[in-house]
Amino acid sequence: MPLNTKTDARLQSALRQWGAHDHRLLQVLRAVQTPAGYLSAEVLAAVADSLSVPLAQVRGVASFYSFLSTEPVGDFRVQFSDSITDRMDGSAALLDKLCRLLWAEPGHVAGDGLVSVATTSCTGLCDQGPAMLVNGRAIGRLNHARIERISELILARIPVDRWPAELFEIVDIVRRRDLLLKCELEPGAALTVARRLSPAELIGVIARAGLRGRGGAGFPSASKWAACAAAPGPERYIVCNADEGEPGTFKDRLLLSQHADLIVEGMTLAGYAVGASHGLLYLRAEYLFLRDGLEQTLARRRQAGLLGATAAIPFDVELHVGAGSYVCGEETALLESLEGRRGIPRNRPPYPVTHGYRDRPTVVDNVETFCAAALVLLAGAEAFRKRGTAQSQGTKLLSVAGDSPARGIYEFPFGVTVRQVLQAAGAEDAIAVQVGGPSGTCISVDEFDRQISFEDLPTGGAFTIFGPTRDIFEVARSYAHFFAHESCGFCTPCRVGTSLLARVVDKIHAGYGTRHELAELEQLIAVLGKGSHCGLGHSAGNPIRDTLLRFMPAYERRLASADFAPAFNLDAALAPARRMTGRDDPAAHLGEGS
Amino acid sequence: MSEPNPPRVRLATTSLAGCFGCHMSFLDIDEKLFPLLERVEFDRSPLTDIKNCGPCDVGLIEGGVCNAENVHVLREFRANCKVLIALGACAITGGLPAQRNHLDLGLCLQEVYLTEPSLARGGIPNDPELPLPLDKVYPLHEIVHIDYFIPGCPPSAEAIWKVLSDLLAGHTPYLAEPLIRYD
Amino acid sequence: MSQTFLLDGVAVPFQAGQSVLQAALAADRYIPHLCYHPEFRPHGSCKLCTATVQGRLVASCTTPAAADLVVHSDTEELRALRRTLVQMLFAEGNHFCPSCEKSGSCQLQALGSDLGVTTAGFRHYFPDRPVDASHPDAWIDFNRCVLCELCVRASAAVDGKDVFAFSGRGLSKRLIVNSPSGKLADSLFAVSDKAMHVCPVGAILPKRVGFAVPIGERRYDQHPISEQALADAPRAAGEPDV
Repeated sequence: MPLNTKTDARLQSALRQWGAHDHRLLQVLRAVQTPAGYLSAEVLAAVADSLSVPLAQVRGVASFYSFLSTEPVGDFRVQFSDSITDRMDGSAALLDKLCRLLWAEPGHVAGDGLVSVATTSCTGLCDQGPAMLVNGRAIGRLNHARIERISELILARIPVDRWPAELFEIVDIVRRRDLLLKCELEPGAALTVARRLSPAELIGVIARAGLRGRGGAGFPSASKWAACAAAPGPERYIVCNADEGEPGTFKDRLLLSQHADLIVEGMTLAGYAVGASHGLLYLRAEYLFLRDGLEQTLARRRQAGLLGATAAIPFDVELHVGAGSYVCGEETALLESLEGRRGIPRNRPPYPVTHGYRDRPTVVDNVETFCAAALVLLAGAEAFRKRGTAQSQGTKLLSVAGDSPARGIYEFPFGVTVRQVLQAAGAEDAIAVQVGGPSGTCISVDEFDRQISFEDLPTGGAFTIFGPTRDIFEVARSYAHFFAHESCGFCTPCRVGTSLLARVVDKIHAGYGTRHELAELEQLIAVLGKGSHCGLGHSAGNPIRDTLLRFMPAYERRLASADFAPAFNLDAALAPARRMTGRDDPAAHLGEGS
Repeated sequence: MSEPNPPRVRLATTSLAGCFGCHMSFLDIDEKLFPLLERVEFDRSPLTDIKNCGPCDVGLIEGGVCNAENVHVLREFRANCKVLIALGACAITGGLPAQRNHLDLGLCLQEVYLTEPSLARGGIPNDPELPLPLDKVYPLHEIVHIDYFIPGCPPSAEAIWKVLSDLLAGHTPYLAEPLIRYD
Repeated sequence: MSQTFLLDGVAVPFQAGQSVLQAALAADRYIPHLCYHPEFRPHGSCKLCTATVQGRLVASCTTPAAADLVVHSDTEELRALRRTLVQMLFAEGNHFCPSCEKSGSCQLQALGSDLGVTTAGFRHYFPDRPVDASHPDAWIDFNRCVLCELCVRASAAVDGKDVFAFSGRGLSKRLIVNSPSGKLADSLFAVSDKAMHVCPVGAILPKRVGFAVPIGERRYDQHPISEQALADAPRAAGEPDV
C-alpha cells in the first residue's frame, strides 16, 4: 500500500535531511514518526526501501527503542516518568487520576484514538517531579491541578503546540556553584588558548590537570585522546554522550540548556587534540526540548567562525536524538545507535579510540567531561587540579533528588562527603542515599562519611536521598524493574537474569518470598556480575546486592515463615476451572498450607 | 563400629500428572530391586496401595502439578518426606502436559466439552469428586521445595538407582553425563 | 615457533587473529560454548564460554588470544556460572525435550547434560510464541530459540539473504523473518540455506524428517558435547595437535 501524501512528504524530507544511507536509519525513523503517530507497516516498508535496508532490520530497530512505536498510539501520547523519585512524589496517584479523567487504561489507546497513557523510564526531571512527556514534550511539577488542566486540554483536543507555555517550563535550580558553574565562557576563549598549543601539548595540559571521564568510570581523558590521536585512520570523530539516562540524574540537562557553548567548545578542543573534524552529539529523546536551543548554539558558533569547515579549528557538530533506550548511554551501544542500529553494546577490544563511529578512531566523552576539558584550558591545569582529591581532580556536578527540601544541582569538589552533601541539601535525616543511580551504590547512615570520588564512591552524578519513612525494599524493586525493562537482550545473563530478578522481588513483594528467594537473589546477582556483556548487566544486581547487605530487615519483614511458597496464589489458579464448572464446593478450593 | 542392622529407609512414591513411565523405569532397576528391598520399606506408593503418605525418609514424585488433587498429594509428601525428589521430565519441567500452558484453560474446557461434537453431551464435568484443573501445569519446584532432580523421559533405571544408592550410602546424590538425559 | 598462552595451567599455542576459545579448541582443549560456531565470527552473546583471562571474567570466544595470557576455564566458579546460564535458557523458552525432533542432537541439551544440569531451577516462563509452519520445507518453533544469532549470521554472511533479524529487547527479544508478512514462506529462505543448518537447538527444522535417527545413534548419544565439539573443531593445516 503506498504512503499517503503527508507521510511520504515526511519521509522525503527526512531523506533530504539525513541522506538515504543505512546508518541514518534511526534518525529517519525518528523524523518519519510524528509526535503522536506510529510507524505503520507501510512506513517501515517505505523506509526499508528508501535506505536499502532489509525490512526485518527496520522492524528490529523500530521495536528496540521505547519512543518508536509500531502500534497506533493516541493523538495525545502521555508517558509518565516512572523513576523512584516520581513515585515518591506521588506519580502513581496522578497517573490513576488522569486515567480516570480520560476514561483510559494504562498501556492502551482510549477514546477512539484520542489518548494513550503509559509509563516510561526516568525522564530526568527528578528535581521537579512527578514528570511526564506528552507527545515527547516534557512537563514537570505535576500535581492534581496540573493533571486536571492536562485532561481538559486533551478532552478539548487542543494541540500540544497550543498548550499554555507555563506547563512546559523546566526550571534549572543550581544550589551550589564551584569552578565549572562559576565559569563564564566568552565563546571561543578556550579555543584561543588551545590554538597557541600543538595538539600534543593540549593533551599534555589535559593530562596535567588529571581530568578523568565524568560519566562514572573515570578513565583518564588525556590517555583516551592520545590513543585516538595515535590510531591510524582517514578521519576521526568526537562523540558527546548526552544520553543522560541514569535514573536520578539531570545535571547534563542543566549543562545542555545553560552551558551549551562550554560543551561544544570542549568537543572542538578534543577535535583539535585528536585531529577530528566531525563531532556528534547524541541527545536523549527525553531532552528533546533542548534540541532547538542546542541547534541555535551551533548556528551561532558557525556564524561566529567558531564551528564549521572553515572555522579556525575546522570542526562541526551534528545533533542526533535518541529514541528511548538507557543502554545507549553505554559508549559502544551509543555508537551503534548513532550508526542507526539497535543499541547493542559491542565487543571490546577493539575500543572506540581505534574503532568507533563507523569503525573510525573516536573519542566518546560525557557532557560534563567536555565542559571540564574546556574549563581546564580556561582556568589552567593547576587551578583545576587544586580542587578535588589525589585521584579525582576538579569538581563534580551532583543531581540531588528525593527527600530533600533543596533539590537541584550542586557542584562540589571531589572528595566531598555524603554527609556534607546531605547537610547542604537539608536532608540530615536521610536513611539511605543512592549514589550514582541504580547502577551505582546504595549506602546507609553508617557510611555517610564516605567521599564522592573515583577512589571511594564514583558517580555519574545521581545523588538520590531516601528519608526515614521510605521503604528501601520498594526502591530496590523499582530499580530491578528498570533494568529488566532496559536490558538490550543480547546476552543470556542480563536478558534472563534481570527479568528473573524482577520476578523474584515481585514474589517477595507479594508476600510469597522465603529464604529460598533470598538465596535465589544472591545467585542471580552473582551471574549478572560475572557473566554479563556490558555495564548494564554488571550493575543490574547492585541495588538488590546493596540493600540486602544494608537493609535486610526490609526484606525479612516481607518473608513468609514457610521454607518455600509458590509465587502465586494456588486457589486463584483454580479460578478459571471454578468459573467453567460452576463449582464452589470445598474441594474446588486450595488453602495456603497443607 | 557399624550397626549390624541399620534401620530401613522409608520410601514413598507417587505419580501426579505423569504416565507412570518413571515408575516403570524405576522397576527396570531389575535385580537391584533385591538389595534395595533389603534397605528400604515402602510407604505410600502404587506398589503398596497405601493411600496416604506417613513420615518418610525419601519421596519420589513423577509428573507435574495439573490439578488440586496433585497439590494436596505434593503437599502431603513434602510435609512427610525428609528428602523429596522430582522424578522425570514432567515433574521437573511440567513436561508434555505443560504444553497446554499457552492455551487458556477456559477455552480448552469449552472446546473439549462444549464444541467438540464427540463429547459435547453433558457439558463441562462438575462432579465434586473430580479434581479441578489448575490454570497451568506446574513443575514441582514451583509449588514446594524440591531437594533433588532426576531428569529424563523417563529417567534411566541407572540414573534412578544412582540417586537412590547415593542416598542410601549417605552421599549427596550426583548425576553426570551420560546419566543426565532430558528425553 | 608459535606463541602460547596458559589454559588451566597448560600451554596452548595460537595463531594471530584467533580468540582464546578458537585456539583452545584447535589445541584439543574444550571450553563450553553455544553461540559460537567455527565458521562464523564469534559474537559472544550466550556467555557459556566465559573464562577468567588475566583475572577478569570475559567471553573467551571474543577475547583475542595473546602471548602468556593466564586463562582459567575449568573451575567450580565457572562451572556453576555455566550451569546457571543453561538453566536460564531452559526457563526462558519451552524446551520439552521428549517431544522435540532435535533431541539427542541439540547443543543446549548436550551442554546441560555435560555440565550436570538436572533442572531449570527457576520459574519457567512458558512463552507463547506462535510457530511458523508457513514454509513448504521448513518450520520454526520460536519457543525453542535461544537467540544465538547463528541463523542471522549465516543468512547474511553465507546465504546473502538477510532472512533473519531480531526485534524487541530484553526478555521480549525475538527472532523475526524478513518478509512483508513476517512469514518464512514469503521470505527468500530455502532448505539448502546455511541458515537452515546452523541452529544449535530445535528452533529451525526441516519438515517431514523428524525423529529419523534412532535413539542411541544421535549426535550426542555416543559422545558428550565436550568430546564432539573437539572432533568438530577446525585444525589449521600443518598445525600439530596438542
